[in-house]
Amino acid sequence: MLKVVVRRLLVMPFLLLGIVTATFLLAQFTKGNPLISIIGARNLGNAEIVAAAKARWGLDGSVPERYAIYVWNLAHGDLGTSFRTRQPVLTDLAQRLPATLELVIAAMLVGTLGGIGLAIVSAEFKDSAADHLARLVALMGSCLPVFWLGLIALFLFTVQTRLLPGPGRLDIRAVAPPPVTGFMLVDTLLAGDGAGFVDALRHLVLPAAVLGWSVMGIVTRMVRASMLDVMGQDYITMARAKGAGRLRVLVHHALANALIPALTILGFTFAYLITGSVLVETIFSWPGIGSYAVDAARSLDYPAITGVTIIGGLGFLLANLMTDIAYAAADPRMRDAG
Amino acid sequence: MEAPLLDIKGLTVSIPFRDGERAAVSNVDLSVRRGEVVGLVGESGSGKSLSMLAVMGLLPRHVSVSGSIRFDGIELCGAPERRMRALRGRRIAMVFQDPMTALNPVKTIGAQIAEMIRLHNPRLSGAEVRERALGLLEAVAIPAPERRFDQYPHEFSGGMRQRVVIAIAIANDPDLLIADEPTTALDVTIQAQIMEIFARLREERGIAVVLITHDLGLVAGLADRMNVLYAGRIAERGPVGPVFAAPRHPYTAGLLAAVPSIDDVADRLYAIPGAPPALQNRPPGCAFAPRCGFSVPLCHASEPALARFGEGVVACHRAAELSLSTLSAKEA
Repeated sequence: MLKVVVRRLLVMPFLLLGIVTATFLLAQFTKGNPLISIIGARNLGNAEIVAAAKARWGLDGSVPERYAIYVWNLAHGDLGTSFRTRQPVLTDLAQRLPATLELVIAAMLVGTLGGIGLAIVSAEFKDSAADHLARLVALMGSCLPVFWLGLIALFLFTVQTRLLPGPGRLDIRAVAPPPVTGFMLVDTLLAGDGAGFVDALRHLVLPAAVLGWSVMGIVTRMVRASMLDVMGQDYITMARAKGAGRLRVLVHHALANALIPALTILGFTFAYLITGSVLVETIFSWPGIGSYAVDAARSLDYPAITGVTIIGGLGFLLANLMTDIAYAAADPRMRDAG
Repeated sequence: MEAPLLDIKGLTVSIPFRDGERAAVSNVDLSVRRGEVVGLVGESGSGKSLSMLAVMGLLPRHVSVSGSIRFDGIELCGAPERRMRALRGRRIAMVFQDPMTALNPVKTIGAQIAEMIRLHNPRLSGAEVRERALGLLEAVAIPAPERRFDQYPHEFSGGMRQRVVIAIAIANDPDLLIADEPTTALDVTIQAQIMEIFARLREERGIAVVLITHDLGLVAGLADRMNVLYAGRIAERGPVGPVFAAPRHPYTAGLLAAVPSIDDVADRLYAIPGAPPALQNRPPGCAFAPRCGFSVPLCHASEPALARFGEGVVACHRAAELSLSTLSAKEA
């Protein structure tokens, strides 16, 4: 098992380089001129300003030259400076990543716990009304567009019933705690700000629920199929023959096995959400990676685009690695294999 | 005479099909006395396992069971799940056919044995449970139980896994053990070891065993009485000795003839011609008639009832007139 992890870690830099190269080239060959967002369309006619800006932002070299410089800097931990925010991309990302992670982790909790719960009900009562209802609920989350769900959720819970606060991570009047981890829930606690914690939690509920519901469909489907497969196994009959109760058989025996094949999809979903939370972040004014990516793309902010892509790629690679480790933890047969 | 431990009367197990239910097991009577080993013999699909799963109450919900299953005076047919759960694993235990699939792959052997003990003895301490589990591993002759306790099923060979399955089954000293083809998936040498364990358990603990098998050798070696099942019905039942010596049902005779013998230097092994009828098209008369060398028009027209012959019972129209031996079955 350790071998697998080491092997994955060793391959990771090469995979990242591939991702960086592909993104760099794609961005270069995109029609459009980043100078518009740097100096404004009006100044494009002024050769002096253009030349100065090009020199300032490293746009004057040939593509291979710029690629070499970018990779060299990247290897030294420098992701360049955003054309738009005029801040190092690394700083931008560091500021925004925790917000996204907080949202994604909460959404994963909603999606996996909800999805697994629905899958258990659906597998146990296969082909019954409960099964159909559970699958319908799960499927709806996947089918309904998140931007629509987000708006409806805001309308129902914020505008109509005022049960939950609107967009943002904290109340507008609230004073944000000093950023330590960047996770609002953690930082409020570290600052000893109980009311702030509750406020942050209440702000997290809607976006996490909407985002979580959107992945519940695939989780339910995977776990249900896996559960049905496992439920037909001899060891389940054996567990029942031991006199174990239904719930114990379902959770202790069936779920423990059924989750193993579902781990892949959970890891994948997590990675997908890191960059896939764009729409939810936009609707809920969540200052995360997703909204940063959209702004970067719109202004052809190459360093920022590549930075986000690296984060996304890294997310996928790490999620894969975590999946492998989780496999080993969940399945003793994997632990002993190579 | 003492009431039997397990007394099944008129057991019928029906499976729903698109055009209605069909009985996979029909009107089966079967009894097991305390400490007795009863063989339940038949080909795949004859209803052996279904009838025993009915006893355990482990059939899927859409399968309907009727008749009477009395275990030590308690009616199990239609019994509430609570009552069944208290019996399962405590008084009736089961050994499965394939030890490769009967153990949960993600739980240690020790945990799986301990679960069985704990489910029915919730007040035992962790140390007591462990001690008892180790004792069980020893009872089924697993070497180094201390080390084996924390290992997973994939670290065990097939024979060792079946020992674990048996250890789990006997964990709470059950009165009845249902062994569903316990040696089918094992090598011949391992089979012998497992059967030895069964023989010992019976001797030492007085456990009654229903031995489901298609291996007549096992029945001959271990069982007191045997029931031959064909297409969901009892074809013949009786003490093992007389049935082996003088089978009354042509199907039993055919099964016996199909056992290769070391004295019998035949060019080809004998096989009963044809295959058992599928559940969807059971013939109207005797289910065995289409394959039977002795069948007469009556056999195809009406179903034979069980009739008493000596110490056993037989369901064959011609049981009285035929004198079957394994030889005549081959000739026929």
